Amino acid sequence: MNLHAVLAIYKFEMARTFRTLGQSIASPVISTALYFVVFGSAIGSRIDSVEGVSYGSFIVPGLIMLSILNQSISNASFGIYFPRFTGTIYELLSAPVSYLEVTLGYVGAAASKSLMVGLIILATAGLFVPLHIAHPFLMALFLVLTSLTFSLFGFIIGIWADGFEKLQIIPLLIITPLAFLGGSFYSIKMLPPLWQKISLANPVVYLISGFRWSFYEKADVSLSLSLFMVGFFMAICIAIVALIFKTGYRLKT
Amino acid sequence: MSPIISIHGLSKTYKGGFQALKNIDLSIQPGELFALLGPNGAGKTTLIGTVCGLVTPSEGKITVSGHDILKDYRKSRQLIGLVPQELTTDAFETVWNTVSFSRGLFGLPKNPEHIEKVLKSLSLWDKRNNKLMTLSGGMKRRVLIAKALSHEPKILFLDEPTAGVDVELRKDMWQQIQTLKDSGVTVILTTHYIEEAEQMADRIGVINHGQLILIEEKRKLIQRMGQKRLLLDLQEPLAKLPDTLKEFDLELLENGLKLVYSYDSQKEDSGIADLLSLLGNQGVKFKDLKTEQSSLEEIFVNLVRKS
Ligand SMILES: Nc1ncnc2c1ncn2[C@@H]1O[C@H](COP(=O)(O)OP(=O)(O)OP(=O)(O)O)[C@@H](O)[C@H]1O
Ligand SMILES: [Mg+2]
Repeated sequence: MNLHAVLAIYKFEMARTFRTLGQSIASPVISTALYFVVFGSAIGSRIDSVEGVSYGSFIVPGLIMLSILNQSISNASFGIYFPRFTGTIYELLSAPVSYLEVTLGYVGAAASKSLMVGLIILATAGLFVPLHIAHPFLMALFLVLTSLTFSLFGFIIGIWADGFEKLQIIPLLIITPLAFLGGSFYSIKMLPPLWQKISLANPVVYLISGFRWSFYEKADVSLSLSLFMVGFFMAICIAIVALIFKTGYRLKT
Repeated sequence: MSPIISIHGLSKTYKGGFQALKNIDLSIQPGELFALLGPNGAGKTTLIGTVCGLVTPSEGKITVSGHDILKDYRKSRQLIGLVPQELTTDAFETVWNTVSFSRGLFGLPKNPEHIEKVLKSLSLWDKRNNKLMTLSGGMKRRVLIAKALSHEPKILFLDEPTAGVDVELRKDMWQQIQTLKDSGVTVILTTHYIEEAEQMADRIGVINHGQLILIEEKRKLIQRMGQKRLLLDLQEPLAKLPDTLKEFDLELLENGLKLVYSYDSQKEDSGIADLLSLLGNQGVKFKDLKTEQSSLEEIFVNLVRKS
């Protein structure tokens, strides 16, 4: 294992993050604060509580997940797309590094950044509403697994994309709707029965449900199913990345 | 000595069916400086790319210091530094960071002294804290060379190192490449400047339409180049060459109106003086004379045109 290489890539990517620290952190924090104002205070004041949790507190896990999904995908997809776009990828391809090492470096850095953003949002949320985390370790596990899984997913998009528009299109067309309909702002138990069933096809439901359980011990689906689904998505992403590298898809000519 | 790079039966067909390399065989000896010449689109970059891991070969086998570039890629790539043709840099990085990054990527522990030495040798030391986007094109080129040298490679590929570099700096760069070669690094470079190959290379390869059409030691090419011709325009046509001139390499052209003498300009005695006095004795008069030399350029152009 070429650990120096993994570290070099990781540090390089983190340096990029810290160079743009202001915007990296400002935008998710501001948008989260906006959600609190709109959904937490303005609308939330008309909803007393969901399953015994005040509405403001109820949406915190969903908001964090929303940011983690977006951040992981955009960080990782940009991280690998940019060297392809500028041509600096030549160095990665000519270096004595395995694909596993390249992936560890890029995905590790992207996931680290989304974790940081997730924790900052958690802290920001603490300023608006009372927070209670029943199972901190489980919460951390969900955060880490989700960051990694969606960073892998972003990595795949970054390799697949052949233009800046394509980097945007999947997050915009697929992830944002799934995240919004995945129970960030409501419990799917509040939906009519048919929509509850349909929602179960949405992978994000499982993420948010499990994550919320680690806070309030309230969930839409069982905890073990949530954990299983996170692991399942991760396995799919790892398999796709492995396949990409095996075939050199979009990387080598 | 066993070659440090050996390429056997290498072909590359790009997606879409274009065949950029056709059955290339090439061996590079340790420590030699090999210049690859060829017109645009000949396949120079593709050839370098396959050895370095950027392009997947369609057919054939390549070993670097005995390591197969596909099966043993870690060992083979460890030995190679690549300076690409395109100036691709991370605009926002500093010179120091980008060069240190390259070293890490090649699996080596930090070594600030080495990086310092490399940057100084390329006159980049003053710029070490500059962002790459603030550098000129020639400086960026040198940063790419510094990156390639950061991991102390045994083999250096330079894809048109002096494209877009001014004359002064080009001479500097030749000097630097020479110094590298003297330190034992094997250098393979591509160039469009024939004088560059002439100046530096031990051997010269010419590639066109994906085929290596010539591999020869520069010395031999220069010998070919050393061939000069003396052209004499005669006043009266000559029916045949007089027997007394047998010992000279002569040719009659244009119905006997032109006499061509081929000689070796490298030799001490060109034989011109003898020839002219003998011609005078024979009563052969001429109106005009001139000499011609075939340059490497001409050899190259002829080769490329023929292939
Ligand atoms: N990725 C690619 N896909 C398809 N064809 C390609 C690709 N890269 C190069 N080619 C073609 O292969 C041929 C050789 O290209 P290559 O870049 O190796 O030439 P070159 O000798 O380096 O030329 P130059 O002197 O212009 O740099 C060209 O005809 C080019 O169009
Ligand atoms: Mg080229």
